[in-house]
Amino acid sequence: MEDLDQFREETRQWLEANCPASQRLPNTPEEQYWGGRRGSFASEDARVWFERMRDRGWTAPEWPEAYGGGGLTPQQGRVLKEEMKRIKARTPLYSLGLWMLGPALLEYGSEEQKQQHLRAIVNGEFRWCQGYSEPAAGSDLASLQTRAEDQGDHFLVNGSKIWTTGADRSDWIFCLVRTNPHVKKQEGISFLLIDMASPGVSTTPIELISGESEFCQTFFDNVRVPKSNLVGELNHGWSVAKALLVHERKLMAEIGGDSPRQEIAPVEAARRYLEFSAGRIADNQLRSDLADYEMRMHAIGLTHMRSFEERAAGIKGSVGLAMKYLGTEAVKDKNELLLAIMGTRALGWEAPGFTTEELDTTRLWAMSKAMTIAGGTSEVQLNVIANHVLQLPQAPKAATES
Amino acid sequence: MALVLNEEQRLLAETAREFLQKQAPVSALRALRDSRDPLGYDATLWQQMAELGWASVILPEDFGGLDFGFSGLGVVLQESGRTLTASPLFATAVVGASALLLGGSTDQKAEYLPQVAAGEVTLALALEESAHHRPQHIGTRLETVGDGFALNGEKVFVLDGHSADTLLVVARSSGEPAARDGLSVVMVPRDTAGVAIERTVMADSRNAANIRFTDVAISSAQVIGNVGEAGSWLEDVLDRGRIAMAAEMLGSVEEVFARTVAWLKERVQFGVPIGSFQALQHRAARLQTELELAQSVVLQALATVDEQPRQLALMASLAKANLNELAKLATNEAVQMHGGIGVTDELEIGFFLKRARTAMQIFGDTGFHKDRYATLCGY
Repeated sequence: MEDLDQFREETRQWLEANCPASQRLPNTPEEQYWGGRRGSFASEDARVWFERMRDRGWTAPEWPEAYGGGGLTPQQGRVLKEEMKRIKARTPLYSLGLWMLGPALLEYGSEEQKQQHLRAIVNGEFRWCQGYSEPAAGSDLASLQTRAEDQGDHFLVNGSKIWTTGADRSDWIFCLVRTNPHVKKQEGISFLLIDMASPGVSTTPIELISGESEFCQTFFDNVRVPKSNLVGELNHGWSVAKALLVHERKLMAEIGGDSPRQEIAPVEAARRYLEFSAGRIADNQLRSDLADYEMRMHAIGLTHMRSFEERAAGIKGSVGLAMKYLGTEAVKDKNELLLAIMGTRALGWEAPGFTTEELDTTRLWAMSKAMTIAGGTSEVQLNVIANHVLQLPQAPKAATES
Repeated sequence: MALVLNEEQRLLAETAREFLQKQAPVSALRALRDSRDPLGYDATLWQQMAELGWASVILPEDFGGLDFGFSGLGVVLQESGRTLTASPLFATAVVGASALLLGGSTDQKAEYLPQVAAGEVTLALALEESAHHRPQHIGTRLETVGDGFALNGEKVFVLDGHSADTLLVVARSSGEPAARDGLSVVMVPRDTAGVAIERTVMADSRNAANIRFTDVAISSAQVIGNVGEAGSWLEDVLDRGRIAMAAEMLGSVEEVFARTVAWLKERVQFGVPIGSFQALQHRAARLQTELELAQSVVLQALATVDEQPRQLALMASLAKANLNELAKLATNEAVQMHGGIGVTDELEIGFFLKRARTAMQIFGDTGFHKDRYATLCGY
């Protein structure tokens, strides 16, 4: 405990001394640094901040030092997060490599793959995207059809992936591909790393209801992939994918603390947009809805803490599985609540006539609809809880995620 | 690490579960109900519970207590919620003991708390006067007469009121009926002249009473703390009660949900267990996620009593509101998912349903606590 206090003190001092003032302000989507061959810094301060964090291994605080990480314990990692949050320090490097692929490589990758990719991820050299879903394989992910045929010294990949976030700006993609079409669907899938610069890879952006096009469809047309890019065993990609999904869901459960847009807190919105009478919101329905939301978030916050404390105490609880469902549903609730509180001020699509914050509220509301779909729909999450936590029997006919 | 049980609490929980499942399962409550037991609980059982230290879990060692705090008490309450055990645990060991501990003079604490700890005396807080929890709306009057007082008024929904040895009566010494100031709490032995107790038989088969006080003579030694100053500590007593009740409700919800999930696996229709139907799976899974939240909220609220008194009111309202809603949902879902057998008295699910409704009204329904939470947060 004493050591942790000392670590907190040192971390606080280091952050105070090393995080430039400009890097403690909210950043716009354009200012986020995602690394990669085509990545660029929005400012000199952003570059300095990134390099200082990278050199300390703190772009990946809890990864082993041998691969460029910070080697921190989970408790220290939490302290670092808290201290960064305290001074509102920006995330120095945004990266699916850090959040998703890295943890899976640490668990399943060969030593050669770890050497090749982990340090490059920590250093932001390559930007990664994820190739899981396909046009005909969404919630039923295991039915995916993109195939990788064994050609002796390489795989030949054909098919397409959808919802590949940032694929048009990425250098590499980690993919689930079908390597055996003749067995049970989960048993013929492999996990493959593909260099996006390979001949035959192309991407098309997809415009969403929020007006953004973060997502792409990515096509593979006779793409040659070296066999050394296979992670884990051939036809055992489903276990890697499941492990990685856990990281994605955890990430989505925690999302919201570091949004690039100007997010307004519901209580603050109420103060600005609602009439108060004798210290209370005059509209009883909205006051009640706001209290419902705030109490729910309070409970979710405590549950995150419990989940952390259980992990630290080595308890394998069921709480983690509930968090993606609870967290993302709450984000949707929050955005609907903001629309209700701000009325027509949260329905502006473009300037003029609205503040940036008001326009962001509209867009965030539209974006929030994806939260309970991406990374496994809420309904899939409930299937998982029903089958794995409550151990209810598998539904007849309707195939569920195993 | 407030959100994970420590070794001491785990052991206490295990002991409590083993003892209660064996000595006081739901069938014991049914027997008390069916025999119209005059006491409404098993006096021998309560003596055994006191010997295990449960009457004194929150009391300091100076008064013969275990001094395990609310985090310790919580696990016992949770287990007694699982078995719906009728006992003076809540009214005496939580509410009554807290009132004396927080409001009593040094002499009062020294005199009464060791008796509470030993299970020798039972207490009941006579607070409510209407159909809803309104802790400041007190019309019962405590007026000065000579060098003592006269107590006049009517109380309803007094938990354990029909059986407790001593009533702790909330009365107004001054001020308007809704004022926070001017409240007193007086200790009134049940057999005092002018005390008329009417036992009420309630849906949950637990113990409550309506009580009328007519010109009851009260000496100043019977006033807990100082006359007219109970407002400074009564709210803290109620918050402890709210958190404790939330812990009991959590135990009940866990049990009724476990029984429901077991039924979903067992009951076969259309040739398959009904638990394989997605329509029911999703409802059960949603309950599971709500249960995860409730577990965190209750653990934190219990720890708040021991460690963060400044957060007490907020956490008490969060916990009580959260468990009120969950208890309603979980018991309704339990009945519906059990189908026809769920509405029979033969199955114990009905006992959980009825207890939940009473528990939801104890020390504040959802609306009361949502309003209080919003007010505490400044909106």
